[in-house]
Amino acid sequence: MSKPKVGFYWCASCGGCEEAVVDLAEDILKVVEAVDIVFWPVALDFKRSDVEALRDGELAACFVNGAIRTSEQEEMAELLRKKSQLLIAFGSCSHLGGVPGLANLWDRQAIFDYVYKEAPSVTNPEGVVPQEQTKLGSNGYALTLPSFRDSVRTLDQTVEVDYYLPGCPPPVKIIANAVTAILENKLPPKGTVLAPDKALCEECPRKPTKPDKLALKELKRPHQTLIDPEKCLLAQGLLCLGPATRSGCVVPCVSANMPCTGCLGPTSRVKDYGAKALSAIASLIDSEDEREIAALMEQIVDPVGTFYRYSLPASLLHRRIRNLSSSPAEAGEGEQSRRSLAGGAQA
Amino acid sequence: MSKEWEPRIVAFFCTWCTYTAADLAGISRMTYAPNARIIRVMCSGRVDPQFVLKAFADGADGVLIGGCHPGDCHYQAGNYKALRRYTLLKRLITELGIEPERLRLEWISASEGDRVQKVMNEMAETIRKLGPLRLERPLPQPLTSPVPSPQAERVRVRSERGAVPLTVSGSGL
Repeated sequence: MSKPKVGFYWCASCGGCEEAVVDLAEDILKVVEAVDIVFWPVALDFKRSDVEALRDGELAACFVNGAIRTSEQEEMAELLRKKSQLLIAFGSCSHLGGVPGLANLWDRQAIFDYVYKEAPSVTNPEGVVPQEQTKLGSNGYALTLPSFRDSVRTLDQTVEVDYYLPGCPPPVKIIANAVTAILENKLPPKGTVLAPDKALCEECPRKPTKPDKLALKELKRPHQTLIDPEKCLLAQGLLCLGPATRSGCVVPCVSANMPCTGCLGPTSRVKDYGAKALSAIASLIDSEDEREIAALMEQIVDPVGTFYRYSLPASLLHRRIRNLSSSPAEAGEGEQSRRSLAGGAQA
Repeated sequence: MSKEWEPRIVAFFCTWCTYTAADLAGISRMTYAPNARIIRVMCSGRVDPQFVLKAFADGADGVLIGGCHPGDCHYQAGNYKALRRYTLLKRLITELGIEPERLRLEWISASEGDRVQKVMNEMAETIRKLGPLRLERPLPQPLTSPVPSPQAERVRVRSERGAVPLTVSGSGL
């Protein structure tokens, strides 16, 4: 009997998820023993045409990491969906939009203007920006580039997804469990996030030091304080998103004295991670005075970047709706920022 | 849309103070702007920031939250929780391009029917000046149907035929 075929693909991502697969270390040999990897651009020399040559549903499973930003990524997502029995969103970006999803605070035009013209490190006097089609010389040959969409989307906003492996990158334990579940055909209902469905605090080694009632008089960032390596980070005034985040990561960040930033996303009861995390943190503020509360909240420098670090595209609002000239995030960006985000380019 | 645009406001009123005040305004035959859809909650502290964002995402032009005056909360501190969340949420929505005036928190006690009238009128006026929120793009929805949560939240909805238990699947909304 031939081995089941699997594929890996990356879209708008950093490559860290590929690294996570490699982090399976010797266990990858067990995986290779059980399955045939027939597509993995980062490691193996198979091409898109090889995938096109497969029968529909011939891939037993395909793991796709990265958010969806370009037309090429959309095409690949659709192609892989067609060829795979199980399509698995691998990592924060394909699950919730991830860090690339924060680009939804701007649109295509604003990003191109900044990246190709305005950034301090750029010299581009002719104002050259990427074109979707470039005609070359006299022979009329045209080079094409994928089109760059206005918004970043999650994989499940592009094609139907069977399962999600959360995390930035997904923890090895979660990957190993998922692979085992697939090989043994012991999978939960379609659409499940393949990780424990409880908050990170539940598995946090600092949990015993968490007071019954947390009351924060100050919100600190890690560089502003000497962190006690044993005590609950929230109790030390550090903005740790553990209470709002799904567990399953075996707490590497908190163990290394870094507050949780929420990469595993919410538990199944929560629709909008950022709103819930904001709610959790705001409730812990120990003040009943309007002005003092406002002053304490000011210590959260970047609310969107803090609470939606990995999930802006999957959030209820999905992106910044328009630029408000009074918006603090836009101050100092000048004329550029006041142009309203033109709609319609995004399907 | 041939009809002239009217502000759509979602109002979350706490049952002990602001909702009772709205009742009082009604009984007292006070007239005020009819733009708000009032949703009764047990406490302003029950207003999850997700409710507010969901309202905006689904077409509300403004969201009003009404609770008991500081110190008067039926549950001791729910309104303070509401205040803290509101303060931070207001900054968040501003960064996401929603004018902060579209979200308003008001303390209205059960006896202040006239204040309901005033706040409702002001809110409708504010939103009218701001114009429609108009989310320009259709918001992408997941193509995968969500898995019902194992601990699906149970809420009770009161209908004319009495209390009907309703199971709300995973979303928490």
